[in-house]
Amino acid sequence: MMNYKNDFPILSQKIHGKPLVYLDSSASSQKPACVIDAITNYYKNDHANVHRGVYELSQRATRAYENTRQHIKEFINAAHTHEIIFTRGATEGINLVANCFGIKPADEVIVSAMEHHSNIVPWQLAGAVLKVIPISDAGELDLDQYKKLFSTKTKIVSVSHASNVLGTINPLKEIVEIAHQHQVPVLADGAQAFPHLSVDVRVLDVDFYVFSSHKAYGPTGVGVLYGKEKLLNQMPPYQGGGDMIESVTFEKTTWNKLPFKFEAGTPNIGGVIGFDAALYYLQNAGMEKIVQHEKKLLDYATQQLSSIPEIKIIGAARNKLGVISFVLNDIHPHDIGTILDHHGIAVRAGHHCAMPLMQRFNVPACVRVSFGVYNTIEDVDVLMKGLRVVQEMFSHV
Amino acid sequence: MSELRELYQEMIIDHGRHPRNFGVLSDANYKKEGFNPLCGDKIIVYMNEKNGIIQELCFEGCGCAISMASASLMTEVLKGKSLKDVEQLFSAFHQLVTENKLSDILGKLTVLGGVSEFPARVKCAILAWHTLKAALANDSNAVSTE
Repeated sequence: MMNYKNDFPILSQKIHGKPLVYLDSSASSQKPACVIDAITNYYKNDHANVHRGVYELSQRATRAYENTRQHIKEFINAAHTHEIIFTRGATEGINLVANCFGIKPADEVIVSAMEHHSNIVPWQLAGAVLKVIPISDAGELDLDQYKKLFSTKTKIVSVSHASNVLGTINPLKEIVEIAHQHQVPVLADGAQAFPHLSVDVRVLDVDFYVFSSHKAYGPTGVGVLYGKEKLLNQMPPYQGGGDMIESVTFEKTTWNKLPFKFEAGTPNIGGVIGFDAALYYLQNAGMEKIVQHEKKLLDYATQQLSSIPEIKIIGAARNKLGVISFVLNDIHPHDIGTILDHHGIAVRAGHHCAMPLMQRFNVPACVRVSFGVYNTIEDVDVLMKGLRVVQEMFSHV
Repeated sequence: MSELRELYQEMIIDHGRHPRNFGVLSDANYKKEGFNPLCGDKIIVYMNEKNGIIQELCFEGCGCAISMASASLMTEVLKGKSLKDVEQLFSAFHQLVTENKLSDILGKLTVLGGVSEFPARVKCAILAWHTLKAALANDSNAVSTE
């Protein structure tokens, strides 16, 4: 099996005297040395504002920034580079579309029961009525019910490509086909899926696709909104400021063209350049190999966790990412999280920003382990040892 | 490991799993809901007070072993105490779980001293107390520890 752990400096440390086992990549991934170096190098040697200066440094910064846009275009196979909009993260991408897509009160937006709060609340703020695709006990979308949710008021479908709690990979291509039969566009929240799957926006034919750098081995504070040119051109700007304008007078201002229309103010240049290095890291490792590696971890961990009868795994979709949520008897996830932490193991305990989903499965909270490229079979073994200590501590009373 | 054993002492796991005074007090003259949005812990505290003395105190809710044990022990310790005692115990308890500062008045609440080594868990231990204080202050908003 491949071992990528040494590429990530943070993972060589000890926590509470034990080697760190990081199992919370769905919340945020760790960064390989090449990403950290790219950011350091940029600030040491190449920093200036972009799209402004005639001098060498600004041109270097602009080139690196715009090369990343081109890189992302190729990475997700978009038709045009100007369809790649830099944001602060997946959340801002969804907010941008929710704000600028012309949602009027009583317009309907179709979401699913497994959405992260960030794909629920922006639509509510925009005044939309949410129609919710139900999910099965296994954690899969009910596509028959989905087809029945369309009405003349349906403005857009907004669903996650993969669930941050259940790990379910949704059949995005099919979801898009159904929506397009109703002439309704689709936004996919790719925050979870992007670093773990090959994403081809043209094969998917998805209209908007958002993702975050920090979950894909890049720095925090950077994300991408991909949108089809035609739709982006129809939308008004999101925020006003520098870069997004063509000309300004006190009487009238005209907008810059895509993608700059949606990028007001000095962007996170260093973050974007760091993200570029993360994309190269993914490419050098090879997406196919990464998918296989994480599938092995998922299968092994599922089998190991299932061997403890007191553990109940939430989410048994046929098509899953390396994400496993579970409950262990009536032991609260926070207690499990604290005990595992003392064994060097970082897991997420809580409602995972998906309260409606927790209600659906009737648990107030659960423990989640999620894998990144750097995890190993040994990490799963350490987790299992930690869980046996948890059981032991709670077995006396 | 010793810090962990200190945190998860037998009495805490016992109270966490089998909380005392757990249930609804239908004729309560004080009632308050407390919520920790970060982890989803939720409790409702019910109290009957007469002439400045706590006659009945109970709670219901769900949460981690620390928050449930803390609520359970709080109800045990405060029953029969005066509202003035509540003030004193609250500040002593707060110092216990944040600074591990011991005080004679704490009695069996001292068992929660291990929480001070776990800053992320202080809000679990203090939720019931904040909720009770808000009930006494007659604060109309639900309590949140965030």
